[in-house]
Amino acid sequence: MTSSPTAGPRVGLFATCLMNLFRPNVGFSAVKLLEDAGCSVEVPASQTCCGQPGYNSGDYDAARALARQVIEAFEHFDYVVGPSGSCMATIRHDYPALFADDPQWLPRAEALSRKSFELLSFLADVRGAAVTVDARYAGTATYHDSCSGLRGLGIKGQPRALLGEVDGLKLKEMEDAEVCCGFGGTFCVKYPEISEKMVDDKVRNILATGADTLLGGDLGCLMNIAGRLKRIHAPVKVFHIAEVLAGFADGAGLADAPKESR
Amino acid sequence: MQIRSDEFKERSVFAIHDANLQTALGRARYGFVGKRAQQVADLPEFEQLREEAKNLKNHVLDNLDHYLARYEQAVVASGGQVHWARDAEEARKIILGICKRVGAKTVTKGKSMVSEEIDLNEALIDNGMEVVETDLGEYIIQLAHEPPSHIIAPAVHKTKDQVSDLFEAAHGGPRKTQVPELVDEARRVLRDKYFRADVGITGGNFLVAETGSSIIVTNEGNGDLTQTLAKVHIVTSGIERVVPTLDDATLFLRLLARSATGQETETYTTISTGPRRADDLDGPEEYHVVLVDNGRSKMLAGRFRDMLRCIRCGACMNHCPVYGAVGGHAYGWVYPGPMGSVLTPLIKGLDAAYDLPNACTLNGRCQSVCPVKIPLPELLRELRHLQHQQNITPVMQKRALGIWRWVATRPKLYHALEQLAARALSGIARRGRIRRLPLAGGWTDSRDLPAPTGRTFLELWQGKRGQR
Repeated sequence: MTSSPTAGPRVGLFATCLMNLFRPNVGFSAVKLLEDAGCSVEVPASQTCCGQPGYNSGDYDAARALARQVIEAFEHFDYVVGPSGSCMATIRHDYPALFADDPQWLPRAEALSRKSFELLSFLADVRGAAVTVDARYAGTATYHDSCSGLRGLGIKGQPRALLGEVDGLKLKEMEDAEVCCGFGGTFCVKYPEISEKMVDDKVRNILATGADTLLGGDLGCLMNIAGRLKRIHAPVKVFHIAEVLAGFADGAGLADAPKESR
Repeated sequence: MQIRSDEFKERSVFAIHDANLQTALGRARYGFVGKRAQQVADLPEFEQLREEAKNLKNHVLDNLDHYLARYEQAVVASGGQVHWARDAEEARKIILGICKRVGAKTVTKGKSMVSEEIDLNEALIDNGMEVVETDLGEYIIQLAHEPPSHIIAPAVHKTKDQVSDLFEAAHGGPRKTQVPELVDEARRVLRDKYFRADVGITGGNFLVAETGSSIIVTNEGNGDLTQTLAKVHIVTSGIERVVPTLDDATLFLRLLARSATGQETETYTTISTGPRRADDLDGPEEYHVVLVDNGRSKMLAGRFRDMLRCIRCGACMNHCPVYGAVGGHAYGWVYPGPMGSVLTPLIKGLDAAYDLPNACTLNGRCQSVCPVKIPLPELLRELRHLQHQQNITPVMQKRALGIWRWVATRPKLYHALEQLAARALSGIARRGRIRRLPLAGGWTDSRDLPAPTGRTFLELWQGKRGQR
């Protein structure tokens, strides 16, 4: 299981905070998908967070400090890929904006921006020809479009096209798939009642499809929705789409009791 | 109206538990959103129109002094008068002065958000005048003594039953329960007011520099009666509403109705130019325009200039999931939803409305439907940045961010803490989830926390690959 260093592009995997802490399986799924798509994958140990919590809280200095760290850790790769539209939109869109007045860092931020991709858009749009999905999933899934990926990076068709190649999986669209689930980073703990109302609307639309599985591309949203689904004892499994595409969705879903072994 | 944006949290929680409000909001939300989507689907050049409208507005804002001067010349040439108001108080004084001079007893009003912004009604009433809102929605909330909760559908928070009660109390019985009956009753009551009105006050959706005209759009025709039947017509408008030519105005008219109510066009689009001329069949004897700055030229000079493109369609709030959850009153001032969350702090002060820019998930849906492409999420984030710089952000939050930054810029420490958290959280988890967590009530009061599996990804990766 070693990466071939010669063949394809060198990809640095951006290990998002939530993935690293809560769902390592998503990271291993991303690595498998990238390697299957002909890439060699490395995971720099000098990475932490993309800086979005600082940026969205108005602390631009903190965001810049984190951005510089990410740029230094990843700029020598051919591509930077992460399993989150939210973090990757920060790198793609916000880094150049953060350094707009900094002639030293702006070119580096822009260069990194150009080669940074969310996992699904990288697989479908950049490595399209090299990607074959070899996975089975027995179930009916519905897909939540996370806002940053959808509106920031134009991710809409890619996950559906990739899921179409998964044996046994049926996709059933929900009403308002494009409406925010109420996560919003720190929003969900700063305004918990509003967030709860929003996630309840989302849960209602999920349940109305009759799907047994919820999929999405951002762990923040998925943890929020899974947390609410489990709180009301709704029997819907929640996975990151990468887990299904990689064939690694045979264990417990988010917030489900662990199975004996995988 | 007294700003109450500092009560946003309390008011939003109250709103979420108000069953009538939730019924009304649910219905309205889906109506507007669905109809707009249909209109957009039916107009292939819609996206192109948005881009053109954005560019045209930017051109006007870049040359605002020029177009306002031209507009004033044209108004004067057509026999009208232009008054310049630096702030709300000046605007009130000017309008009150005109009303007093003509001895006004009854003042009718078409819908005007600027008049709400400058607290006009209270000022007129305090001076002994009868003020009658003629837009049906505005009329309803005037009876209820409430401010509007939406900029184009001011009574959207009211259910039909609540309107029946209000009308019965105001007009006497028998209580009407059907919508057509209620509309007829309002029409009958209002008809008499139009003819008695001394002064009619309207807003101005667009001001045309070329002709000195003001344009209003309504679905009820109330604005037309307000401005043609009174002896004096006063237009209240923000300085940013000017467009160069009539032709330019049509670009915005094509976008406005589709974005606002999902109509191809509003029922009435009325262009007024000056007072009644000798051979006109009707019209006011005097025509005044009160141009209100109230913070706008400050916006023009700074990083919030994009906000001045706003044409007040309300699409942002119709598509905002936060507005959809809490309604307009929670925002605590005249303008609710995303556009209001930008405008309120800019007009009333950053510290008077701390929560408004923060109570947003930055999901971007508002920007994606805005007919003039205002980057609302960016502006909201920029307001957070100003709050942070000016120490309006709560101390605890700033301190937490400082600690986060300190740790996150030390990768080894950060990873060690993540490993610790992964172990601790998985240790207290039951069946893959955590139901209650000290200091995390914001999350666990309404949601379970999915549990980590015990090891972080980086830890497992390094174990597997022996790689840095």
